[in-house]
This record gives sequence, structure tokens and C-alpha cells, in this order.
Amino acid sequence: MKSFQGKALSWRVSDGTIELLLDRAPCNEIGSESLVELEKFTAALESLQREAHALIITSARAEGFCAGADLRELYERSQRLPPAERIAAVRDFLERIHRVMNAIDGVPLTTIAAVHGVTFGGGFELALTCDLIIADKMTRFCFPELRLGLIPGFGGIPRLKRDLGNGVVRDLLLTGRSINATKAQSVGLVSQVTGEGDALRVARSTAAQIEKFDRETAMAAKRFIKPIPHEELRREIEIFCELFTKPAVEEGLRKFVESTDALPYLP
Amino acid sequence: MTTLEKTTEDILQLASAHFKVPREQLNPTDDFFKKLGINSLQALDLLTRIEQHFHIELPDYELQGVSDFRTLAERIQSRL
Repeated sequence: MKSFQGKALSWRVSDGTIELLLDRAPCNEIGSESLVELEKFTAALESLQREAHALIITSARAEGFCAGADLRELYERSQRLPPAERIAAVRDFLERIHRVMNAIDGVPLTTIAAVHGVTFGGGFELALTCDLIIADKMTRFCFPELRLGLIPGFGGIPRLKRDLGNGVVRDLLLTGRSINATKAQSVGLVSQVTGEGDALRVARSTAAQIEKFDRETAMAAKRFIKPIPHEELRREIEIFCELFTKPAVEEGLRKFVESTDALPYLP
Repeated sequence: MTTLEKTTEDILQLASAHFKVPREQLNPTDDFFKKLGINSLQALDLLTRIEQHFHIELPDYELQGVSDFRTLAERIQSRL
């Protein structure tokens, strides 16, 4: 499929670049519908990659790139299931989203996340699968999972640890604070900071530059420098599932879903 | 040296310009959520603009419980 229009995302190939556009209100929360369409995308990547040299992942939502997992769906689905079945459902979701993230991470194309606004939790984790992150200056990155009694579950910690120093990883993970694009660039997370509304344009310009290089050489470089941390990713799923059985998680999710706080996105 | 009054005024100007509320309608003791009519995502947007304007990092947990411009200015002032 050269192009696709779904309920949560769409993709097309243009000038040798695949553009994956997230577009689900309010801020591209990743739930079961998004997961199914992401799986379609990674299945289509097999053939798409033959006619492209780069992949750009971006968002059509003004609020940001992606606010992370759909916590409302996670909570409501969990409530419908008997306790014994909840963990199996969560594990199944994690296994599937990890397959998607690993497929994007390792695809033999140069991949660029063009981000803006809220890039939180699972959205941050999706950006981390990409080779380059190009961020609008209004972007904020955050791992707020600890406030729910959880750790990031879509591969965030191993990928952040792959890319950055352990001190930065601990700061983001253990405080749950958000950082802006300038700070993210200063620690080495973001390759370029753009003006407001300019991230996609700069990503396209970067993709055009990438096209000049021999693809086999570029992919040899990528394989050499960007190994997928499979062992740690497996461990992450296990830790997430262990934590998910704790009563504090159900309480944290319930509080988030029912929150009328002025700042539900802040830790 | 930037005074608390100058910092407060800068925030009021920033908020006025970005959220299209006339400056003269904003006061230091106003609840900015109510006065600007902003939600949590827009508050993050304001935080980013403040960090850029003052060239500081302001961890968002320092804003927990802060809802008026004057207290916000005090948090910023402590980082200048």
C-alpha cells in the first residue's frame, strides 16, 4: 500500500520519503485502534522501503506529537476484565507495540521524528525509535509514568539509555519532569531545533539531504551504530507487567481518568 | 538585576500576547488558568515560552499549586 488513510494515522510516499502522519484526537494517544494501524504500517514497510530512502513520523494534531498510551482505554478495558485476565491483556498489548517499535527502529531507512508540543510517554518512546529527532522549539518531552506507579512500557528506557547518559535517563525517569526542545538538544536527544511549525519542513529538507548518500552505506552505518537493545526491552516488559498487578497502578489510572485537576499532564 | 516586578510584568506581557488577552485585563494576583481560560496543555505551552524568554529551566513540578502570576514570577525569580 503506497498510501493509507486510517482512523488514527495515514501514510504516503512522496519524493522517496515515507511520511507517517499521526492524527487521532485529542493528542494521538496510542490505544488499540492506533496499534492496529501501526501494525498495518509496519507490515506495509516491507514493500514501502523498496521505493524510499527515508521515513518521517509526524503529527497532524496541534496539541503535539503524541501524549502517549491511551490511559483511558487502558483503565476502562482493565475494569471490564477479571483481575486474572488483565495482566494477560496488558502483556499482549506490550508485545504487539514492542514489535511495532522494533520494526520502525530497525527499518533499513533513515528515520526522522518531526515533533512538536506534547511528546510524552509512549509518544516520546515512538520518537526514540527514530534515527533523528527534529523538534519544534515548543516541544516538551516527558516520561510521566512513575506517577501511575509504572515505568515506560513501549521501550523508552532502553532506547533512551542507548542514546543518552544514564544521569539524564534517571533525571527524566525518576522526576517525571518535562524538558523543552532546547534542553533536549543540549543533552543530545534532539538533533535540530526549529521555529514553531517548522519541524516537518526541516525533516523533509533533511530527508532530501539523506537521499544523496548511497543507501547501502547509510544502512551499514545505521546497523553499526544503532543496535536494538532486545534483552533490556524484554526485561522492560517483565517489570511493567510485575508493576501492573499492584493496587497503586489501578488507583493511579483511576485518578488520571477521573481527574479534574488543572494540570493532569504534570507529575 | 531583574526585579520581581519586572519578572511579573514580563510574564503578564507574554501571557497577554500569546493568549490574546489585553494586558490591562491581567493582574499579578489573577488565577492564570481562569483568567486566560487555559487547560493543562496550554499551561505547558506557557511554561515553554517562559523558559525561552528567561533562559531558565523550570521543572513543571515546581508549578504544582501555583496558579497566580505573582507566585509564578517568584518561582522564576529564584532561578535567575
